[in-house]
Amino acid sequence: MQYKTNRLSSVIEWGTLLSTTLIVCFFLFVIIWEIVSKGVSSLSLEFVSKVPSAGMTKGGILTPIIGTVLLTLITALFAIPFGVCCAIYLNEYAENNWLTRTIRASIRNLSGVPSIIYGLFGLALFVQALQFGTSLIAAGLTLGLLSLPYIITTTEEALKRIPNSTREAALAVGATKFETIKDVVLPSAMSGILTGVVLTLSRAAGETAPILFTGAAFYINGTTGYLNQEFMALPYHLYMLSTQHQSIDQVRPIAYGTALVLVIVVFLLNLTAFYIRYKYRKNEN
Amino acid sequence: MKTKLSAENLNISFGEKQVLKNISVAFAEHEITALIGPSGCGKSTLLRSFNRMHDLSPDAKINGTLSLEDLDLNSKHVPVTEIRKRIGMVFQKANPFPKSIYDNIAYGLKINNLPCNKEVVQKALEEAYLWDEVKNDLKMPATRLSGGQQQRLCIARAVALRPEVILMDEPCSALDPVSTLKIEDLIKHLKKKYTIVIVTHNMQQAQRIADKTVFMYLGEVKEEGTTDEIFNHPKNEMTANYISGYFG
Amino acid sequence: MRYKTRISIDILFKGVFKTTGFLVLALLGGIFAMLVYNSISFFLDIKPLDFITGMEWAPTAKTPKYGMLPLIISTTFVTFGAMIIAIPLGIGTAAFISEYAGSRLKNILKPAIEMLAAIPSVVIGFLGIVVLSPGIANIADLPNGLNALNGAILLAIMALPTIITVAEDAIHAVPNAYKEASYGVGATKWQTLRKVIIPAAAPGIIAAVMLGVGRAIGETMTVLMATGNAALIPTGMFDSVKTMTATIAIEMGEVPYQTTHYYALYAIATVLFFMTLFANLVGEFFINRFRKYHAV
Repeated sequence: MQYKTNRLSSVIEWGTLLSTTLIVCFFLFVIIWEIVSKGVSSLSLEFVSKVPSAGMTKGGILTPIIGTVLLTLITALFAIPFGVCCAIYLNEYAENNWLTRTIRASIRNLSGVPSIIYGLFGLALFVQALQFGTSLIAAGLTLGLLSLPYIITTTEEALKRIPNSTREAALAVGATKFETIKDVVLPSAMSGILTGVVLTLSRAAGETAPILFTGAAFYINGTTGYLNQEFMALPYHLYMLSTQHQSIDQVRPIAYGTALVLVIVVFLLNLTAFYIRYKYRKNEN
Repeated sequence: MKTKLSAENLNISFGEKQVLKNISVAFAEHEITALIGPSGCGKSTLLRSFNRMHDLSPDAKINGTLSLEDLDLNSKHVPVTEIRKRIGMVFQKANPFPKSIYDNIAYGLKINNLPCNKEVVQKALEEAYLWDEVKNDLKMPATRLSGGQQQRLCIARAVALRPEVILMDEPCSALDPVSTLKIEDLIKHLKKKYTIVIVTHNMQQAQRIADKTVFMYLGEVKEEGTTDEIFNHPKNEMTANYISGYFG
Repeated sequence: MRYKTRISIDILFKGVFKTTGFLVLALLGGIFAMLVYNSISFFLDIKPLDFITGMEWAPTAKTPKYGMLPLIISTTFVTFGAMIIAIPLGIGTAAFISEYAGSRLKNILKPAIEMLAAIPSVVIGFLGIVVLSPGIANIADLPNGLNALNGAILLAIMALPTIITVAEDAIHAVPNAYKEASYGVGATKWQTLRKVIIPAAAPGIIAAVMLGVGRAIGETMTVLMATGNAALIPTGMFDSVKTMTATIAIEMGEVPYQTTHYYALYAIATVLFFMTLFANLVGEFFINRFRKYHAV
């Protein structure tokens, strides 16, 4: 009797936890299903290769695609060297003193700062103080700052996994510390660093709040591509089409298409990161 | 015989902890000297002090004299890379670079501005008894070699720089008996050209390969002498106990 | 290369690396200075107490009102609603993945959670408009479903991956010896989970929740798109709300630079900064406590 109730209750308990998991998976399913099923009809070669036309009710989304690619490129060019260098400093050089602890605490705090505040900072620093104006470069650098703490953290994790014996090997044949880092430590940590970088960039590519006031434009005639000019970007384009456009219902298919392209871009970047991580783990064993 | 490498009144501490106490020891040219003693006795610390590996730990304090012939190894004016070129090192765990077999040997030559070509690389690999096994795969990543081969590659890497001394920190502790014998063979062969100091946990190994043996305990040198003396006629009671397996 | 050149390069790069470390400090300092500087400009015009406790946010009215209480309450309200949804779901899922799922299922669930985390917030906000809003309007018989409930559900989805990942780590890190001891005295799996594992992992789970809260408070796009943006003090889940982040996002694009209204938005950002900082610091405190007890 006692045993039977136990059996029954353990099934109920298992079921409870399973159902919470299923609900979470259901969220993911609904998101993907909705975007894919309604977005796929808008998707065509034309859609990704034509610029918006007729007040954005027709045409494709080439301009925001180019904008997002360029934006992510600027983010990468700024945040990767900066972040990797900082991680190298923390893991290879910094002594464990109050200064290092302060720097680490700052990085943790920076990764918790809301993205809209990065937007304000970009506005104050790049747009106004440095007088870049609302532009591709200002928005790219703002996203770069936002990405920095993630790149530092993931790079440092990757560097930490390199055993000291690897460093000693290079030092023992007479390499300087910098040569050791450049020739041995970084190549060994490369796949770990790349995984973190790609994941960070996929996050940056989907960000909207930081580019709201730093350069994203409602509409640009022709194609984007000038560092000092405003640009269109996929996430902002979706935001705008779904809330700001004067004929929202008419552009809904384009909005779905844009959402699908954005999700595909982000997932592809994530898959790349998974693949690098997978290969790296396989090599490690 | 001529003294090649020596320490005099050497004291090393990490932070509060004194690891080596007033060590004075000399290693003769073209001989193999084994450092033995229980874990934590400071034998690795002593070994690493000769090629300045402690430069990496900021809290290491080193007092005393370390010399390679007339060269003061502890002097700030002597470039550390120069010291490491003249005093090679082989580690406990084989640590090849994440590069090809060829580049593993070539790397040290290149950064030290030494001539680097196929002959030099081949010669180093031959000296480490590895050439015949890898001559067709020089472009292969070194990490694909077996453990024993990797360790011989690391020896070849050290030998390639034509050092005067080779320090070995338990080079066989991670290897199977067959690979171990091969490397012991190699070490005996290498002493014709180099002075070798080897840290080992394995007392049979010390007896098989070492000309001299130094017994250390709790950061001090307790006894030194020929391997025969240390193992067959130890003067110090502690040495006698250690080699007969009472502790350690 | 000559030895001297090599050493110079070595020293040069040490300097470069170190500089980047300091620049990170400067970045946080810069953000902080910007917030403080602009907030001070604002508080020269408006008394801090009036700002924090003012019941009315109407910066464009004839006599502008800068009371941010409705915004704080909106943010808190939506975040609270999100947590009511996300905490049970998150902890349940974390417990399921860690304790019940086999390794095969784990290999599906974990990437699924990462996928959920990867979806851009603007896409989730878009779904709030096209899926949730009509749904809520239908069920509750409202003209539209852009309200606090919508925002809370979306924020819950945004915060779930953080909560699940951190909580799963915490549950996973509970030493097996604890579980074995519990099974050893005849406890069932559920009893072990509730009486042994969850309490042992509690600091880690609290940390997970606090990090989720930090994420929800600072999230902009979803609430901007899905909550209707009426700057009123909400009375229920079906009221439209305007959070702090949404206020900044909407109004910063429209205000002239260096006006009181402009500075007011920075003052909101300062409050927001400290709210998320607080949530993250509490989260970090519990993570550290957890690590201390279960050093791996």
